[in-house]
Amino acid sequence: MLELRDICFGVETENAEKEILRNINLQVDERFVALTGPNGGGKSTLAKIIAGILVPTSGKIFLDGEDITGLSVTDRAKRGISYAFQKPVCFKGLTVKDLISLAAGKSISMTEVCDILSEVGLCARDYVNREMNDSLSGGELKRIEIAMVKARGTKLSIFDEPEAGIDLWSFQNLIQVFERMYRDINGTILIISHQERILNIADKVIVIADGQISRQGTRDEILPSLLSSKTCSVLTEKM
Amino acid sequence: MDLIQKNLLQEIAGLHEVPEGAYNIRANGELQARNTTANIDIVTKSDKSGIDIIIKPGTKNESVHIPVLLSKSGLQEMVYNDFYVGEGADVTIVAGCGIHNGGDQASKHDGLHRFFLEKNARVRYVEKHYGTGDGTGERIMNPQTEMELAQGAYMEMETVQIKGVDSTVRTTRAKLGKDAGLVIHEKIMTHGKQFARTDFAVDMDGEGSSVNLVSRSVARDHSRQEFISVIHGNNRCVGHSECDGIIMEQGSVTATPSLTANHLDASLIHEAAIGKIAGEQLIKLMTLGLTEAEAEEQIINGFLK
Repeated sequence: MLELRDICFGVETENAEKEILRNINLQVDERFVALTGPNGGGKSTLAKIIAGILVPTSGKIFLDGEDITGLSVTDRAKRGISYAFQKPVCFKGLTVKDLISLAAGKSISMTEVCDILSEVGLCARDYVNREMNDSLSGGELKRIEIAMVKARGTKLSIFDEPEAGIDLWSFQNLIQVFERMYRDINGTILIISHQERILNIADKVIVIADGQISRQGTRDEILPSLLSSKTCSVLTEKM
Repeated sequence: MDLIQKNLLQEIAGLHEVPEGAYNIRANGELQARNTTANIDIVTKSDKSGIDIIIKPGTKNESVHIPVLLSKSGLQEMVYNDFYVGEGADVTIVAGCGIHNGGDQASKHDGLHRFFLEKNARVRYVEKHYGTGDGTGERIMNPQTEMELAQGAYMEMETVQIKGVDSTVRTTRAKLGKDAGLVIHEKIMTHGKQFARTDFAVDMDGEGSSVNLVSRSVARDHSRQEFISVIHGNNRCVGHSECDGIIMEQGSVTATPSLTANHLDASLIHEAAIGKIAGEQLIKLMTLGLTEAEAEEQIINGFLK
């Protein structure tokens, strides 16, 4: 279980400190939790703080009761946190198979790599030996990014806007990937998304706006008001 | 062959013992072993140090290994090797130099390799340089490669220098005839205070010729590298050069590309990117559970693979 206590995060600007997140208190123990809200509200910052990429200005983070606030990205990964970037990182020379193997933490067989890739809707044969570079399309890179998280199979998997930057057709297939993941997963999925179909399978929906949690609850509690809300115009536009 | 020489041979040619096919093994300035085949002849030059490798027209799927081993500290040599590749031949040539310097005097191997590819000949040329030994003497290699490709000839050159060479100036010159193609992949990593210069110059004289030069390099510690690529497009042709450099610690890389189009249909491109390992690459691998040092190692290994 993940718990955030009073998380604040600010950045120094020329004249003053700008607050990105203010007093975030949160418990995540459901199987599928969606973080949503307008762009610039602090969602990705929060995900990076959980993964250890950013250090909060104040506040504490607990994973299964252990205070992990001071732990590095590596140590958090080893304790069971995975993070799929919104913008997948390219590597010259590292192939899809290399990265899936690194994610799995061991040298894995071609069959295992193929299984993981087909779970995210990629025909493995065409991809295993491809370099993870920008010759792959945005949708392909996203799927491989998701496959890496799947290969790890940790207790907490964070996905930062898996739908961002991919076309509508790819997205239809991607939704199925998450629906399947929801059925199969042993841990918790924390997903940042603007997509109604993603929010619709969430056990819990958390709305972050202006650096704060504005609402949280079950999807039945949150979604109806969210979809009719004028304050979330960005969100509805994206849907 | 002693253990040191065997180790050098393994590093530069991937060979445990003498190879199959044609070969010429030179150790400490002397011929150690040679084998010729019905299609590939190797002849010692009479006027200077070196050999002529003569490959008959139409020779297919044969290989030539010509490793050079230096294990005596202070040995300095200059070798001239000429390759004559007959029409329509398709062969693999593996050259390379391994220096073990356990003493305090500089060991140096300079070589000039000239390739003459006749019509439609194809060559895959692999060249590896490796230095070892705990002596204070420098390990120096200056390989020069000259290529002349006749109509329809194709040559692929892989050149690798990963470890232990203190100073190297690698000069490569090529002239391409009609529809000739040249691909060069260079991989180089320097450490300590090493210096490496790569100097390519290619003339695309023939219509329909093409060249692709790809260099990936890593400069660590206080090492310095220079990458110079000069491409002349003198006809309808396609030329591309690419220099990707990663610098670490105090390493430095200079890339100096030069493209000259002397023909309206010459299409020439150069790309160069030099910088430290991208922070996001390290972070990505760390989110997979690797430490920063492990992530760095994986990125470098992949980059030079």
